[in-house]
Amino acid sequence: MTIRRRLIPYWLLAPGALWLLVFFVIPMGFMAEQALQSGSLFTGGFHFTWQWSNFPDSLSGNNEQIVRSFYYAGTATVLALLISYPLAYAIAQQSGRWRLLLLFAVIAPFFTTYLIRTIAWKTILYDSGPVVGVFKTLHLIPQDGRLLATSTAVIAGLTYNFLPFMILPIYASIERLDMRLIEAAKDLYASSTQAFLRVTLPMTAPGIVAGVLLTFIPAFGDYVNATILGGTHQAMIGNKIQSLFLVERDYPEAAALSFLMMAVILVMVLVYLRLAGTEAFMGEEEEARA
Amino acid sequence: MASSAWSWLKRNALRIYAALAVLYLLVPIAVIAVFSFAETPRDRLDFSLSGGFTLEYWQHAFSNQELNDALTTSLKLALLATIASTAIGTLMALALVRYDFFGRRASNLLIILPMATPEIVMGASLLSLFIFYSAPLGFNTLLIAHIMFSISFVVVVVRSRLIGFDRSLEEAARDLGATPVQTFRYVTFPLLAPAIMAAALLAFALSIDDFVISNFNSGTTVTFPLYVYGVALRGIPVQVNVLATMLFMATTVAIVFVILQQRRGERMAGVLPAPEPLAEGSPA
Repeated sequence: MTIRRRLIPYWLLAPGALWLLVFFVIPMGFMAEQALQSGSLFTGGFHFTWQWSNFPDSLSGNNEQIVRSFYYAGTATVLALLISYPLAYAIAQQSGRWRLLLLFAVIAPFFTTYLIRTIAWKTILYDSGPVVGVFKTLHLIPQDGRLLATSTAVIAGLTYNFLPFMILPIYASIERLDMRLIEAAKDLYASSTQAFLRVTLPMTAPGIVAGVLLTFIPAFGDYVNATILGGTHQAMIGNKIQSLFLVERDYPEAAALSFLMMAVILVMVLVYLRLAGTEAFMGEEEEARA
Repeated sequence: MASSAWSWLKRNALRIYAALAVLYLLVPIAVIAVFSFAETPRDRLDFSLSGGFTLEYWQHAFSNQELNDALTTSLKLALLATIASTAIGTLMALALVRYDFFGRRASNLLIILPMATPEIVMGASLLSLFIFYSAPLGFNTLLIAHIMFSISFVVVVVRSRLIGFDRSLEEAARDLGATPVQTFRYVTFPLLAPAIMAAALLAFALSIDDFVISNFNSGTTVTFPLYVYGVALRGIPVQVNVLATMLFMATTVAIVFVILQQRRGERMAGVLPAPEPLAEGSPA
């Protein structure tokens, strides 16, 4: 009986764990193998030859796109944080009905499909559109200038598209915040600014960490925004991987580059979690079990 | 006078900021809806409203066969992926929250990793697997991929509900002589249903929305996002905006329904009274 009971969680877990193992973990292994192949499609295909040089080669050929990915995704993440934190705070302050309505407004863009949202931004930023008109009037861009096919457009698209991923975790952490702590800080003569910096901000840090990761990761690997809103000089690392895999069919270089991107992101996740604690992702049920 | 206006502005600064942010979130949706009424000479979106407005594309919403096929494929795919990933993910969430067992941490990691992996890497590595086994790309490979990336999100949503779950209700059922199966059927499942619905809705949205992973593993099968991407360079039929608006309205209705259910479930459970703004107790 007890052994049967002890097996229950494994039975519950088995279908999902197997699915993720076979279609997520094992494919990573295949990609690793591919990253060490050499050859070409025209000379008899690719063969596994421990071709470690694929890694430095894939880096040196794509410096420009890598730097750009860091710059675009980093800027978009910072902008998203600046937009999200006050919004999440304001939502948490509302009561029942308004709160639901605002939360709905936050996730609504999710339901218009990613690609069509991005195309909507193309419409908004179009050369003869109102936004470009305003920018020209204010002399923010030259009279013959445009927004499409510039870094600005790509960063704007990235910021917008991943915004809900930033707002929701921050909202969750603010909503869980014990307001009595802030009252206590004020009773102890903290100014509003001090109370915010020393109570609110540290206590909502896990939400910020989760939001930053959930925004930066997809933005860093994205190529849809750069394809639709950018021009030839806005290609990101995702564009390169995409074209290596699906157009040029240079699988080893594509796999090597994907692996390096994955490694960069894993390192960032680990550093961030080390700095800010693991609660952001893992801690929740420990708390509930205690 | 000026000082009172200034103080009003200061007091409401946060609200004004929030209102602007919400506006920013909704503008593209409005653009999609407005441009579904745009009259254009070539029946393709031309990014301006100079041609005026027409109801024509709403009347002929389903006149583009290629687009219809793509949307049908997407809906079928999303439905199957949702059912599978919701079932699998709910079981996983139950295991992770309810049981302490060897390998729980590793399982947690297995669930988090797909969410921390760029889509392009997931799509590409899955393609590597399919290429290795020379599996024909198509609807089946898409289904495999969509179930894979939805599972984690289902687990997260259902798990969060399970954590706030009042176990004493189940104990009461058992004290009153219910078998474990009856307890699950009549107590656990109804209380969990809103979370499962929310998870299913999320899985459905993720599947309908997905472009990147599908682009790698679709072969010649065309989903709605893949179709839109394909025609983006040639010119997008106005019907795309019409169908996108319809899809948005349908999901809005579904969400409102889930929210209402959720509140009903909370009242039934009696565990969560109507939330007071920022006044919940400290986490236990």
